[in-house]
Amino acid sequence: MSFFDDPRWGEALSHLPDYLGNHVRVSLAALALGLVVSLPLAILTRNRPAPRAILLALASIVQTVPGLALLALFYPLLLLATSVTLAWFGVSFSAFGFLPAMLALALYSMLPVLRNGITGLNGIDPALIEAAKGVGMTARQSLVMVELPLALPVMMAGIRTAAVWVIGTATLSTPIGQTSLGNYIFAGLQTQNWVFVLFGCFASALLALAVDQLLGLIESGLRRGNRPRAGLGALGIAALVAATLVPTMGRSSSGYVVGAKTFAEQYVLSALLRDRLQAAGLEAAARSGLGSSVIFEALKAGDIDLYVDYSGTLWANQLHRTDIKPRAELLAELKAALARDNITLLGELGFENAYALVMPKKRADALGIHTIADLAAHTATMSIAGDYEFFSRPEWAALQKAYGLQFRAQRQMQPDFMYAAVASGEVDVIAGYTSDGLIAKYDLVALDDPRQAIPPYDAILLLAPKRTGDERLKAALSSLLGKIDIATMREANLRASGNDANSSPDAVAKWLWGKLGGR
Amino acid sequence: MPSKLAISYRNVTRSFGTLTAVDDVSLDIAEGGFLAIVGGSGSGKTTLLRLANRLIEADRGTITVEGADVQSIDPVALRRRIGYVFQSGGLFPHLSVADNIGITPKLLGTPATEIAARVDELIELVQLDRTAHRDRLPEALSGGQRQRVGVARALAAKPRIVLMDEPFGALDPLTRDALGEDFRELHRKLGLTTVMITHDMTEAILLADRIAVMRGGKLLAQGTPAELSASSDAYVQDLLRTPRRQVERLNALLPQSGAA
Repeated sequence: MSFFDDPRWGEALSHLPDYLGNHVRVSLAALALGLVVSLPLAILTRNRPAPRAILLALASIVQTVPGLALLALFYPLLLLATSVTLAWFGVSFSAFGFLPAMLALALYSMLPVLRNGITGLNGIDPALIEAAKGVGMTARQSLVMVELPLALPVMMAGIRTAAVWVIGTATLSTPIGQTSLGNYIFAGLQTQNWVFVLFGCFASALLALAVDQLLGLIESGLRRGNRPRAGLGALGIAALVAATLVPTMGRSSSGYVVGAKTFAEQYVLSALLRDRLQAAGLEAAARSGLGSSVIFEALKAGDIDLYVDYSGTLWANQLHRTDIKPRAELLAELKAALARDNITLLGELGFENAYALVMPKKRADALGIHTIADLAAHTATMSIAGDYEFFSRPEWAALQKAYGLQFRAQRQMQPDFMYAAVASGEVDVIAGYTSDGLIAKYDLVALDDPRQAIPPYDAILLLAPKRTGDERLKAALSSLLGKIDIATMREANLRASGNDANSSPDAVAKWLWGKLGGR
Repeated sequence: MPSKLAISYRNVTRSFGTLTAVDDVSLDIAEGGFLAIVGGSGSGKTTLLRLANRLIEADRGTITVEGADVQSIDPVALRRRIGYVFQSGGLFPHLSVADNIGITPKLLGTPATEIAARVDELIELVQLDRTAHRDRLPEALSGGQRQRVGVARALAAKPRIVLMDEPFGALDPLTRDALGEDFRELHRKLGLTTVMITHDMTEAILLADRIAVMRGGKLLAQGTPAELSASSDAYVQDLLRTPRRQVERLNALLPQSGAA
């Protein structure tokens, strides 16, 4: 089978209208907002050095914030804002998806527009501004007839830079719930689907190039007084916007939205849930790649209707509990706490995806290590790797305290690379996940936790407040509750981590359903 | 004395920080007159010129244009009424020759067809070629041609007064001579009042009726070239020495026509 016969290209292509359309909408809206704010600021501050310096400094600071962090920051910011507007004016808005992404990207677009705008306007020969005054122009006429046209090439260069930045950075808006071409990249990275990663990268690069060229056409048209040329560029941008509006027209908003966090198991489970709902005759779509702090709030706000979370995660992150209780007790308490937020804990899926300390089986056997307690004697000469949040989570503190773990070094890693790293000996121990299929693949062992420092992490199905009384939904999902055991989930995850046509979340979800006895 | 004054300065002072650019200057320019303001760089001659159309405002003193205090006239309206020729043209590089020339009438709301006709007329008047130059951008013109466009632009709204800031300074000698002569002819034909800045006393003597000499913000002397040569001021005499020596050397070096 040749590279391009891979059916994943077709699958990628089928998402394109949705992903590209959303990407173009959020990027161009952000760019437009950035321009509407930045250009007047550049004009207003062109002869005022002090405010100009402050403005440029602020814009530069924004630019130093990594795009992913800036986008992520806007989510809690808007949550706060919407709670204020709700309290004061009785109006709320969604802090999820489009709005935070658009605002963060608009902020991101400001620096090049401001800097080039100010540079362009200040770079004009003062003799020409004097001449504009001398022939009898008002300040406004001088700006419109002389200064702006002369600054245009420099200003447009800034706008083009901003456009390319925004389109590139918009791929990072997936975790805050804005569908974008980043969905390919996030999903592809998590499920080791390089076709998706490549597709997402190429699509966003092509889009950036196309918009850059169209803006270039507008610029050269304006500069040479060539109206058809400028018009052609503007028409191109307009056509792009129009084309991306088409796919949303026919789409209803009444369907169920299934959320998924940014790892393979979640992609597979969201596809499975979506398929079950559709099989029951309900309209459903998956919204994947959501940040783990975003997804719960999105459920609470009703931006998504259901998703799978893990009891231990909510215990620590939402209930802010550091004590550990037996499985059933913890679940009951969690269910009651969630009910206070009108969130329904529908039930457990049957497996647990807990953190576990994982190391190569051979090495563990050689050292006589079976439990974390055995490991403690060796940690002074060992290094440990965990995902981006592990070392700041209460489980890690609890583990260290319960077993007196003192590692020589600790590193943060992309979860998918951890297993290969520990298998190759690059690190000695990793904080892996019990349901991960790579444990079996690399012949690793998850060490027992006899002192129960790590809380239970049962996979649980959560429903949004607005779905509390939705019996059709509950009925459609009931066939999954308690049915997925750890071995089945590990195998599904292992399949999803492959890099072939059968490893897409959709394909694995179908396999999983078959394995559960469905057809 | 001519009966009416086009521009009159009365005890005018203007400082920039600690520098007094124009220091208590009183000066009259009669209607139809051609005054050259001569001085070195930093003498205050450009400031003095710009005070007349309020590109610069005076700190003290009174300036009147055609009898009215400039402070009583809206500066934008005042500037549209007075032609201004900038050093090395000051043409807008993104506008064609025609659009540069027609800018002030356009600002005044003159109909486009009228502007077009006026532009054609002015292109002829400053001896440019309508077909070759009308739609060019300034960058495609020579220095002399640009300055001709600058003059045409200053005349476009039919002003009675034209201010010129070293208009011919950056040109080669031949072009400079031709342009100077052509402008003097326009000045006469259109009945303009002209105030021209120059650092070149020879140019001032050849073009202007009257000359004002500035130094360190002060008006040292004013009058016809003949009156000026009678001045006892050492600096004025210094300035006049150059054209005199040039005349002597030229007379010695070039055979007198018809004398052989």
